[in-house]
Amino acid sequence: MRASVSSRRDKESPCPRYLITLTVNGSKHQVDVEAWTSLLDFLRNRLGLTGTKKGCDHGQCGACTVLVDGQRINSCLTMAVMQTHKSIVTVEGLAEGPRLHPLQQAFIDRDAFQCGYCTPGQLCSAIGLISEGQARSIDDIHELMSGNLCRCGAYPQIVQAIANVLDGELAARRERSSSDVAVQRDDA
Amino acid sequence: MNPFSYVAAKEPGSAIAALAANEGGGTACMIAGGTNLIDLMKQGVMHPTRLVDINALPMAAIEPMVDGGLRLGALARNSETAYHPDVRQSYPLVSAAILSGASPQLRNMASNGGNVLQRTRCQYFYDVAVACNKREPGSGCPAIGGLNRYHAILGASPGCIAVHPSDFCVALAALDATVVVQSAGEERRVAFADVHRLPGDRPHMDTTIASDELIVAIELPANSARFANHSAYIKIRDRASYAFALVSVAAGLDIGDDGRIESARVALGGVAHKPWRIEAAEELLQREMPNDEAYERCAARLLEGAVGQGQNDFKISMALRAIVRALQTAAAGTRIDTANPGRPDLAARE
Repeated sequence: MRASVSSRRDKESPCPRYLITLTVNGSKHQVDVEAWTSLLDFLRNRLGLTGTKKGCDHGQCGACTVLVDGQRINSCLTMAVMQTHKSIVTVEGLAEGPRLHPLQQAFIDRDAFQCGYCTPGQLCSAIGLISEGQARSIDDIHELMSGNLCRCGAYPQIVQAIANVLDGELAARRERSSSDVAVQRDDA
Repeated sequence: MNPFSYVAAKEPGSAIAALAANEGGGTACMIAGGTNLIDLMKQGVMHPTRLVDINALPMAAIEPMVDGGLRLGALARNSETAYHPDVRQSYPLVSAAILSGASPQLRNMASNGGNVLQRTRCQYFYDVAVACNKREPGSGCPAIGGLNRYHAILGASPGCIAVHPSDFCVALAALDATVVVQSAGEERRVAFADVHRLPGDRPHMDTTIASDELIVAIELPANSARFANHSAYIKIRDRASYAFALVSVAAGLDIGDDGRIESARVALGGVAHKPWRIEAAEELLQREMPNDEAYERCAARLLEGAVGQGQNDFKISMALRAIVRALQTAAAGTRIDTANPGRPDLAARE
């Protein structure tokens, strides 16, 4: 259920601003935004969370991928004003203190990046892929990561890193489901 | 992007009223997933002065209908729809078509209603520096005689040779879906074949749905579930994933106990301003044992009158072969393949 978004100024003003409340990496924010601020620009320019990258700004490269309520999306193709009461996780929110997310560690272990520009998007996208639960094979990973481009061509290592974490996740799920416990892990 | 104002609608009535209001002579536009609209706004192709956010409206459910069909809420996301157990079981053609399009991130955002209403990806439509009859009626069509590898071979007009880019819609056309549309006065039901238009002399109009009408749901009829065991979506494109179709084919066969085809559905994507379907072509398959000669007759009838624009001449023979391949694949039995959605199955080839 979406709460109402209130306009702080006269609606006839050419630059109305809107008060929104949202959670980013566990912290609650109440901020006013212009209607035309993308979620990507909001994260980078208003909150200073520059881990999320602007590649193409048209939804073609996936560098801006973040998790919104656990779902991976392109943050360049949605407006900040539409995110009221949403919970957003960016690359900055993946580690728990000094402990990296297993996927971040796998990217390091597998050498899954060179310049690193696409990496935040690759990580968020791969976390979405794992929680969606549709990938079962290397081919599935290739297909379901097709929304993230890597100009350095680190694809083989990226796929390997994801496969390593996915293998562990699938094994854990099998164990949990065999003991009749629902899969409830929140990768975010 | 131009400045615009924003309102989140709480109920369908207020959304429709806000869309019709045209405040200050500007144009209001609804937004759901936003994956197409925001891109077009960044490009300066569309410039609404007000966005009406419809995401809070109660139109996101996917639920069985009393007569056995399935109702897909307009706000259900493409990914949710493709992976829904009822869709996978009874209408796997819809799952396969959706999963062959866009990327997982886009499918997580894009709504079912928005997929139907998405605009063409013709590069001249996107380039505001050049003419385009769809963007600026009367300005001309540089795709004719220009870069037209991706353009129409069927149903085009001297004013526009753009194609509708959706995969989902090709499956919906094949399965005789109905679009439920709500406007200020009434709710109306539109047969899928009547949703999208051919360009004619008004290429700026993509569909028969007005800008202040709301798609509420898309209904899949119960009797289209008979194609569930023999359906295939084949998509030919320039790269293996995350690309628009050069040619796509949605095929469904209802094969009787005697092995003969009771009825067939074939719709084409990437070839026209709307999903292309000719019932007379499908009738050519009725009571036939599955065989390539019958498939070829069906394909030839579907492509009757096809005309290339120069760079896309290859699409005519490609479409002929893709139709045959899709029917062969459908006859061999439906397979859901997350890794290869829409990719031609080489094993199905004789």
